[in-house]
Amino acid sequence: MPIEVNGKSYETDEEGYLANLNEWNPEVGAAMAKADGCDLTDSHWEVINFLREYYEEYQIAPAVRVLTKAIGKKLGEDKGNSKYLYELFPYGPAKQACKYAGLPKPTGCV
Amino acid sequence: MAEPWEEEGPGTVKKFMYVNRKAPYGTIYALESLEVVLIAAAFEQDVSLAFLDDGVYELKKGQDTAGIGMKNFSPTYRALEGYDIEKLYVEAESLAERGLTEADLLVPVEVMSREALAKMMDEQDVILSF
Repeated sequence: MPIEVNGKSYETDEEGYLANLNEWNPEVGAAMAKADGCDLTDSHWEVINFLREYYEEYQIAPAVRVLTKAIGKKLGEDKGNSKYLYELFPYGPAKQACKYAGLPKPTGCV
Repeated sequence: MAEPWEEEGPGTVKKFMYVNRKAPYGTIYALESLEVVLIAAAFEQDVSLAFLDDGVYELKKGQDTAGIGMKNFSPTYRALEGYDIEKLYVEAESLAERGLTEADLLVPVEVMSREALAKMMDEQDVILSF
């Protein structure tokens, strides 16, 4: 089902992930979050931007365990834990944050 | 009482080897193997990857897939370390037959002889061949 942002239509798959990740921009991410009833804060964006960088480097969306560990390394242990990440993204940090980041659904354990 | 997913203790860790023999593009084997490895990484088994025959090309540096319209997934091999998969074995003879050396590969590997790799295969509990 396509989503409309600022008069432009963006194709998504059946689970709401952006079909073409090159079309992504922060407004699309924010609109996806809003549709889920989630207002994105700087803390959310920190994770979303981290995921985009991870994807850029490795060409995959990381499994949640790997994401948690990598966040801890990059942003500090107070953020690299399940509690912190699940509070930000209650539907699952990898699954939900990847969606707002315009990435495909992570491979494997989400 | 143990939860169902706790029934098997740490004593049941098995040695899994994923054997990669195909060139990275042209067939889906290389990508499928990599995806299975990434998914199975969650099960905390003793995992290793072996690259032989044309499979050594999967790890070749500087892959450019623009001409064939496929995604270049080779950067994903660099993510394996983050998944705690650090045993990558490459067969020396396969490299040499293709004029490659360890310096041509995009991740740190252990290069071993055909004989040593065969012995390593013998020691596995499970071998998945792609």
